[in-house]
Amino acid sequence: MTDWQPTASIDTLRQRAYLMAEVRRFFAEREVLEVETPVLGQGGSTDVHLASLSCEAVTPQGHQRLWLQTSPEFAMKRLLAAGSGPIFQIARSFRDGEVGRRHNIEFSMLEWYRPGWSLTQLLDETQALIRTLLPDDPGPTRQHAYRDLFLTHLHLDPFRVDLDTLRGVASQRGQLDMSDAERDGCLDLLMGLVIEPTLGHSGIDVVVDYPASQAALARRHRDPRDGEWVASRFEIYLKGIELANGYDELTDAAEQRQRFVEDNVARRAQKLPEVAVDERLLAAIESGMPEGSGVALGLDRLIQLALGRERLSEVVAFATPVC
Amino acid sequence: MANYSTNEFKGGLKVMLDGDPCAIVENELVKPGKGQAFSRVKLRNLITGRVWERTFKSGESLEGADVLDLDMEYLYTDGDMWHFMKTDGSFEQYAVEKKALGDTEKWLKEQVVYTITLWNDNAISVVPPNFIELEVTETDPGLKGDTAQGGSKPATLSSGAVVRVPLFINQGEVLRIDTRSGEYVSRA
Repeated sequence: MTDWQPTASIDTLRQRAYLMAEVRRFFAEREVLEVETPVLGQGGSTDVHLASLSCEAVTPQGHQRLWLQTSPEFAMKRLLAAGSGPIFQIARSFRDGEVGRRHNIEFSMLEWYRPGWSLTQLLDETQALIRTLLPDDPGPTRQHAYRDLFLTHLHLDPFRVDLDTLRGVASQRGQLDMSDAERDGCLDLLMGLVIEPTLGHSGIDVVVDYPASQAALARRHRDPRDGEWVASRFEIYLKGIELANGYDELTDAAEQRQRFVEDNVARRAQKLPEVAVDERLLAAIESGMPEGSGVALGLDRLIQLALGRERLSEVVAFATPVC
Repeated sequence: MANYSTNEFKGGLKVMLDGDPCAIVENELVKPGKGQAFSRVKLRNLITGRVWERTFKSGESLEGADVLDLDMEYLYTDGDMWHFMKTDGSFEQYAVEKKALGDTEKWLKEQVVYTITLWNDNAISVVPPNFIELEVTETDPGLKGDTAQGGSKPATLSSGAVVRVPLFINQGEVLRIDTRSGEYVSRA
């Protein structure tokens, strides 16, 4: 057997360690507290597009199904509600089935929260962190509304185009049958296949104002230009790679519960396993989680970009196939 | 044959697409932000050699292709078909059509072992070894003493291939050739 060898060279792991120390220095200077929260939880992510791993554990309550986190979001929000103030974490996260040049089933998520901050303030800080870690200046930052990207690249308005036209464009661009796909599925395909690869090649590209249906755990607001409901989210792209996903955090427990329930309805419809709703998260939001913004950044991807590597497996010690 | 779903797609897997056997070259997960996942797959059509790029919804599946790569020794041609024999001691022979032989025709030499791809037990492609030794059957006379300088000339080899060789090479010499680039490597 020869595949016991690491997928990253020892020299790369040394550079990785240096970059992780830089991240910690960045937050220490800004007085953001480093925290560690459990990888296992009684509730998991209900997100239809995330496949959670779970395991059976023996606890004082007997045998229990525990979920491996897809991000440390829920536990960190409970800390915010308990009065932690600004916090960050480098957390092992798990997403079943996600393996590729930019994916590994188990990966490191750098996530942080800024109570009282606007999305714009957090966006500035996220860019500052990215620029700190990159060896060269990636170029200027440009911000794009989700809708404008579709208008530019595909000549269609993602919010107003009728479903049949959208399905036709998605089928044609993807060369696959999307005739029974949902609206968001078509948009996801076009975003991933046509738009994303063009982003972040002459600077940092930021996408904002996602469709309201793609809000997840973010607030929604009306686009001041035309009154359309959009998600208060940003995504940061560099070299065609999605690096970070920021939210103006939803602090309305009832609405959050509603979204989780809708996720599980969609899961049932798609014959996907339902995921237990995290009641402790909802209770924490209910108790008065402070308003503010939070961001999740794929740390392995940022390290991959900083070190100029082709594959994510080249910057993690033992990538999924040889773990 | 079994069906394979997108998360089982990996380099080398043989599947059927549009009626042709294909080998998966690369499978890349496309997953925008928090959205639905798709697989962007590069497949090499094993009959035409062309590389196709296709997108699949996560979880879609393709039928496996009954494709085998076997080592076989070249025996002879009868003008219509080219005959090869398995090297596993079975002496089993396969007749290969010109279409499946493709460019490999110019690298054929008796007793050399080639990799033959079989689909439903029919040969669909023949790959020569990376290096092969062939005799020069025709070239301009060699220039004595000219072993260091650059410059080259065409030479016809016993298999019919024409390659560029250094000026000092003579008719009747046996040369080592890289079949992937069609370039002269050395005297054998």
